[in-house]
Amino acid sequence: MKFSIYRYNPETDRAPRMQDYSLPDDCGAVMLLDALMLLKQQDATLSFRRSCREGVCGSDAMNINGRNGLACILPIADLGQPIALRPLPGLPVVRDLIVDLTQFYNQYRAAKPWLINNDPEPEMERLQSPEERDCLDGLYECILCACCTTACPSFWWNPDRFLGPAALLQSWRFLADSRDQATAERLDDLEDPYKLFRCHTIMNCTDVCPKELNPSKAIGRIKQMLARRVL
Amino acid sequence: MSRIARRRFDALVIGAGGGGLRAALQLSQAEAHVAVVSKVFPTRSHTVAAQGGINAALANVSPDNWHWHMYDTVKGSDYLGDQDAIEYMCRAAARLVVELEHFGVPFSRLDGGRIYQRAFGGQSQNYGGEQASRTCAAADRTGHAMLHALYQQNLKARTHFFDEYFVLDLVMDTDGYCLGAVAIEIETGEPLLIEAKATLLATGGAGRIYRTTTNAHINTGDGMAMALRAGIPLQDMEFVQFHPTGIAGIGILISEGVRGEGGYLINGSGERFMERYAPHAKDLASRDVVARAIYTEVEEGRGCGPKKDHILIKVDHLGEEVIKKRLPGIRELSRRFAGVDPIEGPIPVYPTAHYSMGGIPTNRFGQVVAPVQTGPEEPVPGLYAAGECACVSVHGANRLGGNSLLDIVVFGRAAGNHILEILKEYRYHRPTPNAAVDAVLERLRRWDRKGDGESVDVLRDEMQRLMEKHCGVFRTGKVMAEGIKKLEALARRLPDTVLRDHSRVFNTARIEALELENLMDVALATIHSAAARQESRGAHTRLDFPKRDDMQWLKHTLYNRDGRRLDYKPVRMKPLTVDPFPPKERVY
Repeated sequence: MKFSIYRYNPETDRAPRMQDYSLPDDCGAVMLLDALMLLKQQDATLSFRRSCREGVCGSDAMNINGRNGLACILPIADLGQPIALRPLPGLPVVRDLIVDLTQFYNQYRAAKPWLINNDPEPEMERLQSPEERDCLDGLYECILCACCTTACPSFWWNPDRFLGPAALLQSWRFLADSRDQATAERLDDLEDPYKLFRCHTIMNCTDVCPKELNPSKAIGRIKQMLARRVL
Repeated sequence: MSRIARRRFDALVIGAGGGGLRAALQLSQAEAHVAVVSKVFPTRSHTVAAQGGINAALANVSPDNWHWHMYDTVKGSDYLGDQDAIEYMCRAAARLVVELEHFGVPFSRLDGGRIYQRAFGGQSQNYGGEQASRTCAAADRTGHAMLHALYQQNLKARTHFFDEYFVLDLVMDTDGYCLGAVAIEIETGEPLLIEAKATLLATGGAGRIYRTTTNAHINTGDGMAMALRAGIPLQDMEFVQFHPTGIAGIGILISEGVRGEGGYLINGSGERFMERYAPHAKDLASRDVVARAIYTEVEEGRGCGPKKDHILIKVDHLGEEVIKKRLPGIRELSRRFAGVDPIEGPIPVYPTAHYSMGGIPTNRFGQVVAPVQTGPEEPVPGLYAAGECACVSVHGANRLGGNSLLDIVVFGRAAGNHILEILKEYRYHRPTPNAAVDAVLERLRRWDRKGDGESVDVLRDEMQRLMEKHCGVFRTGKVMAEGIKKLEALARRLPDTVLRDHSRVFNTARIEALELENLMDVALATIHSAAARQESRGAHTRLDFPKRDDMQWLKHTLYNRDGRRLDYKPVRMKPLTVDPFPPKERVY
């Protein structure tokens, strides 16, 4: 197996470079992360994030053969070689495949991703019908891996003003929750030429989401809701 | 003292899984000044991978009350659980699950709009009667839903986070007070002293002492090892839960919820073999029972596949709708990692290291307790622990499925509350002795050494194989004695290992080296504790001592790092308000 991997160590490198690596075909690696871990045994300086190795923690998002994805759930057999690995695009690189996600997390916080309900708390659970709960499917499963936001040209152009698909998916997750009472406040926050409306439905987000979620559709629903409010 | 940056808080929480975040929330909401330090961004903590659900006697599906939950938990623990702590947990469960719902956790729902509950292993109505449905679930992604909601609530409460900081060690003074900890900022490699009036360890488990585990790469027993190095013993480390159903060969978790929804295990001849091992509860017997049954089937030649080295869990009869609705995450994992769509065929599974019942000894307020010299145990001032790294002990010798997510919210919150109490008395920080900080930094400097030496990967791999072979599901004195000899020899090689990357910025090789030191201490604690316990109880199964021995061994193990010394302390058999559940034969 052949790899071409983006390398950059700010302590020693003036500019990033691509470095070739290889592994024997019978090395036992099935998923891309398995291979990366074997490569790290060859070269301890190769750096990347990883944790759960099953696609639920969102640590090992990277750009794989030009497409954002999670290394731990991509079978090597499905990838053309040499496998080109780069850090997620559009964010500052800390080192090798590790990007600085501060901006991404700021966008998440800006979406006020918490349930707002000002009624007195009942002694039991707040009731929610199975149909109301179904509205949250495809939204709450987001793992904050940043594959979608960093694949979005609107984010590349306006990283400081457009909230990006991941944060907007969270906005919709709470707008869609029958228990949340802050609909007006949430919509007010988004009524702005940039935060939401920079989305031009390019749909890279939906295309790359490793959890098969659909941020593009969620953004469309928010736009509809805003439009309905005006009419 | 080396001049390092320092920050001061009322409380320091180490670890941002469910336990740490629940504690931090309690503190932040009470306007205490709290810092949460985590080596990964909080939502990457391993709570995110919990699947099946959280136990609480809500009685939404079957009649239920906390007394039955308590009975099941005591029985599940094989009577090694402390009954005061178990009563506290089971009584608090319903209120805290409702509170999670109020925090926004998207629980699955029943037709009337109440929280969906599924059947899980070891659950019964009326003290050992019919199967109960006590596990509150958000499909099969309950941990993910909880962790994200708890993180969101902390954002709302403006908790201060140090993301991607790795804690090296606790800072203790000569009076035995915990004064905080020294961490390194992974991105810059710079050390940081965080001083706090109270410090909570919530660092999770140590599944990575084994080769095949459901645990994430980050589950390296950091807090447990920090406690050991601070002179605090670890309790009941011999009790390691092997989850019956990890995907064969790779260990990825297949939730007990699969059996709770009606899935069952079959062996090589298609037999539903659990009927032979647990005639009443069958596939929903306790995890230790099911894991032993699977292991036995394979050992006796009734496994599945060309090598007869695993068994199968059959799900397809539940139908596409139930699988898509209730087990979507399992379907995703099975398709990706086993190449099987459970709608069409059975999933190959095998027992795999999953959970550490043992840990840092605490009382039910989350205070770390340790014997003072030869006297009785007393709280270690300023130090708390909660969640998998702690041992309260509510799980005893075997944890019930659905009780770990409960443990973290109950005792995370309890620790937060107790810290708030002591903050009222502690108006000032105690001075931090320079020597204590220097001692911690020495741990970091050791890895600056260059030259020839073995690599961290080699030692970690050998350790994991050793533990699998010498301290697995079935144990014997002889095999473990041999394992101790080999593991001690391996530990002696650790000081001679060297790093092959000495850079400062985001040096993950250095983090892995520090994690290996932690793993090694926890592995030694596990095998030494296991070799000494000459009985079979819960997850600790000795072929040479097949019976439980309450006369000799109804007691907690305490392992000390110095001299590998073992002490014992009694089990707290007296609940807070109800009658005790005395030990009896444990059948399912």
